Amino acid sequence: MKRQELQVAALENGTVIDHIPSSKIFEVINLLHLEKVSTSVTIGINLKSKKMGHKSILKIADRFFTDEELNQLSVVTPNVSLAIIRDFEVVEKKQVKMPDELVGIIKCDNHKCITNNEPMQTHFHVLDKEKGILQCRYCNREVTLNDVKLI
Amino acid sequence: MVSNYADIIVMRHYLEGAAQYASEVSPVPIVNAGDGANQHPSQTMLDLYSIYKTQGTLEDLNIYLVGDLKYGRTVHSIITAMRHFNPTFHFIAPDELAMPDYYKMYCKKYNIKFFEHQDFDSHTIADADILYMTRVQRERFTDLEEYERVKDRYLLKKDMLFRARANMKILHPLPRVNEIEYSIDNTPYAYYFQQARNGLYARQALICDALGITLDDIKNDKTIIS
Repeated sequence: MKRQELQVAALENGTVIDHIPSSKIFEVINLLHLEKVSTSVTIGINLKSKKMGHKSILKIADRFFTDEELNQLSVVTPNVSLAIIRDFEVVEKKQVKMPDELVGIIKCDNHKCITNNEPMQTHFHVLDKEKGILQCRYCNREVTLNDVKLI
Repeated sequence: MVSNYADIIVMRHYLEGAAQYASEVSPVPIVNAGDGANQHPSQTMLDLYSIYKTQGTLEDLNIYLVGDLKYGRTVHSIITAMRHFNPTFHFIAPDELAMPDYYKMYCKKYNIKFFEHQDFDSHTIADADILYMTRVQRERFTDLEEYERVKDRYLLKKDMLFRARANMKILHPLPRVNEIEYSIDNTPYAYYFQQARNGLYARQALICDALGITLDDIKNDKTIIS
């Protein structure tokens, strides 16, 4: 790679999350609890991208996430690229898949829902993965992914 | 904590989803006796039982829902419960208390036929098998002038019943205020008091089921005096 194109340092071991819409970068950081990671984390925001115009990227050293953790990203960024790096080589590429259940990730927008009044986790059933329609396990309120707020 | 004292907990709670949450943490069965505006399943069971008992079937019925269709938990539950039985619904309500779009979309999704009316007269209800009345409550209205305009439009009067089908039955979750004329109570169409009694049977059955007591257990129990 030419020197002027190298925007973010290469990773020896860890996880790369690429093609994150820049407006969603902080939500991704929160979802993966990167504030608690003790290894080095490189955050690139508003980088040039042929595909997207501008994008953001995360490189997390020596940290490998479970599919369950990564699939949470489908709530905010369903189209990110995931790569697992070992010895500076991409050893695995992954796609984010919308899970059937979303536990403890998003808020219920019904203020009379039990989840907004008790110290408990929220739980949503994913009714329609394509249209992004979710239903609260407790109050049965249906919401679309575009309208949800993260916890 | 209460589960230490009881074999079963029947709970009514103002927050939606409270019973579901309780059922996840309680070692004894929880019966939902109403959680906010969400569900009131035992009412739905007794409504289904009353419909079945009076019509001999749950299939292919014309069900007319009248009054407060916006906030009425019971009428929403009937729609979801009757989904499997090919009903035709008629929604009769003022604009301000009309059936929410969510439930109309639900009907479309599951191919449930429905019609909307604002008029409430002998012609509108002539084809009803079940006429389900509800209270139009003053506190539901933001515009009190609107309440005054519509409050007497959804009252069922005896002279509106002369075109009714012979099998037609009037249901109401009770308590009634003035939406069913008292003189109807003695007609064969009135079923709301028996419906309330069916609530006793439906809830007895639910409690037995939750405690694992079967019909055979009860039939074979020599200690029960019949």
